Amino acid sequence: MASETTAGAIAPVANDQGVIWGFSSAQLAALGVLVAFLATAPFFLYPVFLMKLLCFALFACAFNLLIGYVGLLSFGHAAYFGMGGYIAGYTAKAYGFTPELAVLVGAAVAGFQGWIFGWIAIRRQGIYFAMITLALAQMIYFVCVQAPFTGGEDGIQAIPRGALFGSISLYSDMNMYWFVAAIFLAGFLMIHRIIHSPYGQVLKAIRENEPRATSLGYRTDDYKLVAFILSATLAGVAGGVKSLVFGIATLTDVHWSMSGEVVLMTLVGGLGTVFGPVVGAAVIVTMQNYLAEMGAWVTVIQGAIFVTVVLAFRRGIVGEIANLLRVKL
Amino acid sequence: MLDIIENALGIPAPLLFGQLLLGLINGAFYAMLSLGLAVIFGLLNIINFTHGAQFMMGAFVAWMLLAWGGLGYWWALLIAPLIVGATGVVIERLMISRLYKLDHLYGLLLTFGIGLMIEGVFRNEFGSSGLPYRIPAELQGAWDLGFMFMPIYRGWVVVFALVCCLATWLVIEKTRLGAYLRAATENAALVQAFGVNVPRMITLTYGAGVALAALAGVLAAPIYSVNPQMGTNLIIVVFAVVVIGGMGSILGSVITGFGLGIIEGLTKVFWPEASATVIFVIMAIVLLARPAGLFGRA
Repeated sequence: MASETTAGAIAPVANDQGVIWGFSSAQLAALGVLVAFLATAPFFLYPVFLMKLLCFALFACAFNLLIGYVGLLSFGHAAYFGMGGYIAGYTAKAYGFTPELAVLVGAAVAGFQGWIFGWIAIRRQGIYFAMITLALAQMIYFVCVQAPFTGGEDGIQAIPRGALFGSISLYSDMNMYWFVAAIFLAGFLMIHRIIHSPYGQVLKAIRENEPRATSLGYRTDDYKLVAFILSATLAGVAGGVKSLVFGIATLTDVHWSMSGEVVLMTLVGGLGTVFGPVVGAAVIVTMQNYLAEMGAWVTVIQGAIFVTVVLAFRRGIVGEIANLLRVKL
Repeated sequence: MLDIIENALGIPAPLLFGQLLLGLINGAFYAMLSLGLAVIFGLLNIINFTHGAQFMMGAFVAWMLLAWGGLGYWWALLIAPLIVGATGVVIERLMISRLYKLDHLYGLLLTFGIGLMIEGVFRNEFGSSGLPYRIPAELQGAWDLGFMFMPIYRGWVVVFALVCCLATWLVIEKTRLGAYLRAATENAALVQAFGVNVPRMITLTYGAGVALAALAGVLAAPIYSVNPQMGTNLIIVVFAVVVIGGMGSILGSVITGFGLGIIEGLTKVFWPEASATVIFVIMAIVLLARPAGLFGRA
């Protein structure tokens, strides 16, 4: 049984002494750097690039909630990310929903989908869980190819950004940036809050030793399912925001390669670290941006990064730094 | 007889049997690929995400042998699995073998990364559009079965795949080597204590599983066009097949593979829109009713 969970894959639970709002002093310092970066970055970096980065960072954080804290490797998270994008884009375009409402509806649909798929997938563990989530996501991909509302190969184009609460226009990139940054920060803190709640402690117990958690009287499947729904919902938020930023929702976001990318981002940053997925998303999105004209070599490089990280530094960037400094990040 | 079928179903018999044949062929590939996955999983305890890329490599090596070496289909059927299997041995020795003591998910991530690299390299080299591979002269043409024309090559694929699956089953269930293999699957340390070189056996098993994928790739080359993405989409369906069948039994994965191919073919006749998703829906239903899979042990 122990071999089927990711026990030992991730640093064990540290004791939470000397923490403020669940953050250790090192994490608080890192959070300060992150907030300072969010506040100043749009003045010296291209806002649209930053928004893309933040969407993927939130997506990776949502994914990390499952792999890092429950030990569940979902290989089909593109299904929730992409569906959130399609629904937000469709409701904003066809029904004229305001952006915050469109994102909420997209997230709700993604969360509902996560409920159904999670309910099916948690019946198996380990690699079977990964295969099942991948297969279910591929089913969603085929549904999106054929369903009328997704626009098939063309996707949904010219999605309006609209006006926040019906009053603040988001067509200016700066306004849109603050909206995206606020959502990202809210999602990031929400995940942090979840994993430091009593519920989060039970999740970590399940990750470390599921039979033991069961024997202590926890209905582990219910805990896992709620974590899956939360993760899918937040992935849906990330997808919805992304489709509003770019005004387009396409099959790329539901394709299995997107599921692979979010795994890569989290792995590069550091599984089970709070800041790892953010750093990982920044690294991978920046890399894709600079290497865009290299075509299929990007795939080769991504594969090479996968192999290198798995073989040489499994803790990821943030995990290795935290290990060097002997702190928890 | 045929009139009765046509009248009862409202579907022309050639269409029905044509799709049934296509389903059987897809089923043959599902069976061969899930068999390779099951053999590798049994001993290595990893899911080989590179399997799709190795299927694709089989087809490409067949194409290269013909285009660059002038060696035809029959040679490819022999040489391509050996070459691709050898690359599998190298991959296992250099990379996968370092991960056995770690969580199995790392094996999955590693093989996924290797698959991405292989696919990317082939896409750079050959582009995304397919390359043609001709059906060998001996297997061209079609038989008239009275109710439909049966392309000889397609019949050959089904028969050959069945023979391969049966041969694999015989080796594992009825030979001494297979007995060692099954024993090592149960308890590798004990088998090693009896003097069997288990690490070498693991390496060769991975090579054999990969060779089986490459053999399927050679069989597929004349049917589908040879292109870098041909393995990836197929392998995700095969994962669903593996989940449905469970990896406990070899005959089970063969039966599940062919059965699901046929179901998929029939869905194309009666409800074409659902044909791409039917196997995933069946997977969900099986998981709800029998989480261990149809032939799996809990």
